[in-house]
Amino acid sequence: MRHDVENNESMVKQVASDPRSDSVRPGSKHPKEAFKSVFLRALETIGRPLVSILIAFIVAGILIALTGINPFAAFFQFFQGSLGSKNGIAETLVRATPLAFAALGVAVAYRAGVWNIGAEGQIFMGALGATMAGLYLPPMPLLVHLPLVLLCGFAGGAIWGGLAGIFKARFGANEIIVTIMMNYIAIFIVSFLVTGPMKDASGMIPQPQTVELPASALLPVIISGTRAHAGTIVLIGVVAFVWFFMYRTSTGYELRSAGANPDAARHIGINVLNTVVIAMAISGGLAGLAGANEVSGVQHLLTQDISSNYGYLSIAVALLGGLNPLGVLLSSIFFGVVYVGSESMQRAMNVPVEMVYIIQGLVIVAMLLRQLGQRRKG
Amino acid sequence: MANSESPVLMMQGICKRFPGVVANDNVNLEVRAGEIHALLGENGAGKTTLMSILCGLYQPDSGTIVWKGHPVRIASPRQAAALGIGMVHQDFKLVQRMTVAENMMLGRPAPHGPFIDMRESILTVEHVSAELGLPIDPRIQVGQLSAGMQQRVAILKVLSGSPDLIIFDEPTSVLTPLEVENLFKMMQSMVANGKAICFITHKLEEVMSVAKVVTVLRDGKVLDTLETKQTSPRELARLMVGREVLFSVKKDPCKSGDSTLEVQHINTAGGPGQRELHDISLQVCQGEILGIAGISGNGQNEIAEAITGLRPILSGHIKIDGVETTKWHPRKITELGVAYIPDKIRQNAVFLDLDITHNAIAKSHRGAPLATRGIFRMDAIKNHVQKLINEYQVHVASPKTLARQLSGGHLQRLVLARESSRELSLIIAVNPTAGLDVGATEYVRAQLLNQRKLGRAILLISADLDELLTMSDRIAVLFSGRIVGSLDSANSNPEEIGLMMGGTLRPDGKKAYAA
Repeated sequence: MRHDVENNESMVKQVASDPRSDSVRPGSKHPKEAFKSVFLRALETIGRPLVSILIAFIVAGILIALTGINPFAAFFQFFQGSLGSKNGIAETLVRATPLAFAALGVAVAYRAGVWNIGAEGQIFMGALGATMAGLYLPPMPLLVHLPLVLLCGFAGGAIWGGLAGIFKARFGANEIIVTIMMNYIAIFIVSFLVTGPMKDASGMIPQPQTVELPASALLPVIISGTRAHAGTIVLIGVVAFVWFFMYRTSTGYELRSAGANPDAARHIGINVLNTVVIAMAISGGLAGLAGANEVSGVQHLLTQDISSNYGYLSIAVALLGGLNPLGVLLSSIFFGVVYVGSESMQRAMNVPVEMVYIIQGLVIVAMLLRQLGQRRKG
Repeated sequence: MANSESPVLMMQGICKRFPGVVANDNVNLEVRAGEIHALLGENGAGKTTLMSILCGLYQPDSGTIVWKGHPVRIASPRQAAALGIGMVHQDFKLVQRMTVAENMMLGRPAPHGPFIDMRESILTVEHVSAELGLPIDPRIQVGQLSAGMQQRVAILKVLSGSPDLIIFDEPTSVLTPLEVENLFKMMQSMVANGKAICFITHKLEEVMSVAKVVTVLRDGKVLDTLETKQTSPRELARLMVGREVLFSVKKDPCKSGDSTLEVQHINTAGGPGQRELHDISLQVCQGEILGIAGISGNGQNEIAEAITGLRPILSGHIKIDGVETTKWHPRKITELGVAYIPDKIRQNAVFLDLDITHNAIAKSHRGAPLATRGIFRMDAIKNHVQKLINEYQVHVASPKTLARQLSGGHLQRLVLARESSRELSLIIAVNPTAGLDVGATEYVRAQLLNQRKLGRAILLISADLDELLTMSDRIAVLFSGRIVGSLDSANSNPEEIGLMMGGTLRPDGKKAYAA
């Protein structure tokens, strides 16, 4: 059984397109040289995503030009729409916030050496947990109710992610497959509940959805006249907390150790199977917060399409963000800009809204190509 | 039986360098049809490199290969097979999830283009195995077969190409004694049919019982080629282990105190690539170094893992400082004051892609003074790491440097520093100087001796016999998961230990093989 788990881990390593398994650089360097390479590496970490983004925009510009639209005018609209107005910025934040929560979860799991492809399902379970806390708890003030709603959102995702972790740790199941399959289960559980037991029974609404959450369960609007809500503020707190947890606590240290080298982690007495479960639970919980954020901040009720694919997109967001908390925050804002900007391009210039997906796809492809290129060299 | 006038294979002046190592240094080898030619040497002596050159896996830097009287250049294993050279690899190189017949098809020219004819392949296997008297079910999945049967598949695969020379790379390491016997019979019948065999091994007994000629390699050089009839295991051991001149280290006489580690009759289970341990008993006292000698893969890592709690113990007891730790979690054993420097530190002890700080605080990362209630105290960590770097003179630009950028010697310093920074009573070190240069080796040894002086018990497990003879107070010899002998290092000689390492000398002092 242990052997199976190890197989799994090596498989995960192959899937993970990271350069850590590449050639070992022999010999120690002169201190100055070593410093220089540390500095260059830092520059590279920031620069690499920017280059990918630039390449994506150049190719997108060419595509737009091919449809007979002036790409410069289109990109002007793109940024004008997403960052040029109060409402644009608000919409960008509304899009970026759930992505950042889920991507943060993906990054935590990755750092611990597990691939969580199940953010989508964990978002649904988190949304479900938040909705239940919002609808079924007795009336109470916002300062008590809202934190409980978010906590239940976290718990919903954490249970879903933690289950996948247990399957991997105890039975050696491949977490990639397990989390993907659990996505469907979560989505169908929510579908079932909102079309049946939890459906708005007033008879006024034909769509499958729950009733609205009471005001005490809702994230308040932070920019008046827009949809921007306090979920973004919660996010900033959570980013700081996750950073602290990963880099300033013993448990975070153990997760990162297990992710960096499971053999060495085992030899220093870390229970690698436990870290898998912990990492998956935290990862799922963060995705669950994305679901709670959607219910409590945006939709104010639960529907069967609460996520709009945030879970899958969050994997790209996490990778673009260099799998660290601050990077994830920046990269989710970028993805928010792409989303809102593309909609605005469509309204003003008739650029097809599918340009969103094209730009997103191009960013990912450009990143992968660069990684491949580096691997060739190394 | 084919006779021995002209050799079927001559390798002349073969040199092969890898970065930092000369694997083969001007090696000459002649193999005749109808003989089993053993290549004997310690790990890293260059046996496998030489054979890998012969079967086209590596290209020599210089030297010539003469095959059946013609100089040849062997560019690939496929070409080697076409010439009539086949190799049975140590790990068989079979696809576990495919059937025997499917494995036999791999790497062969396809007779029907992109299509395969499974029935034909099954018939071929049945035909070949019947002809050779090695029955096997072609439809069974290779993963379900025992090691011995898997080896049979690998042999059949090689033989189906009807080679004239077959290389066996340490074929007995995964076999049971009965399977070894069968293998040797098989090899005898192959040479009786006029084939030549190269047999890579480090077991003296096997050389004496099956080979006609033996070539001994050490540090990439051929020391001698001898007829087994005209040599003895003792001579071979001396050649293989050699080095009668021992480097001496200034060592204070042992003032051993109370018993720190007591291992009593432990048994553990094996696994793929892992030895079972049988009835291992050891005792190490304060201020004493107990060396464990043995050729790699005879249970060294398994002993270290059993003591550190990483390997479940089926029966027997382990006591550290009088406390029974047999079923303890590794973390608890560590906290009791056990330092562990595992084999292959790059893989097993450090995080190459994380920084020096991360690596330096491992094992101390849970509690005071570096963390309070699970939260790191960054100033304490910073001071701690800087102190270790200074004390052990680890050559790094900053604590944020990645471990990957350290040389092997400094990486080992880092591990030593980390392991010694805690309250200790027992140190377990496995091959602590493997791959290090002379200076780094000296440093590591001096540090271990220093720990000994401080009264710590040290279990030094090493494949380097010189190291053990220099460092240890007592030496126990490990063979095949068993302790086969134990002696005082002061009045032991390397030959005797070499014989024990090769499994020839039994613990009762009787020779398993009469020379």
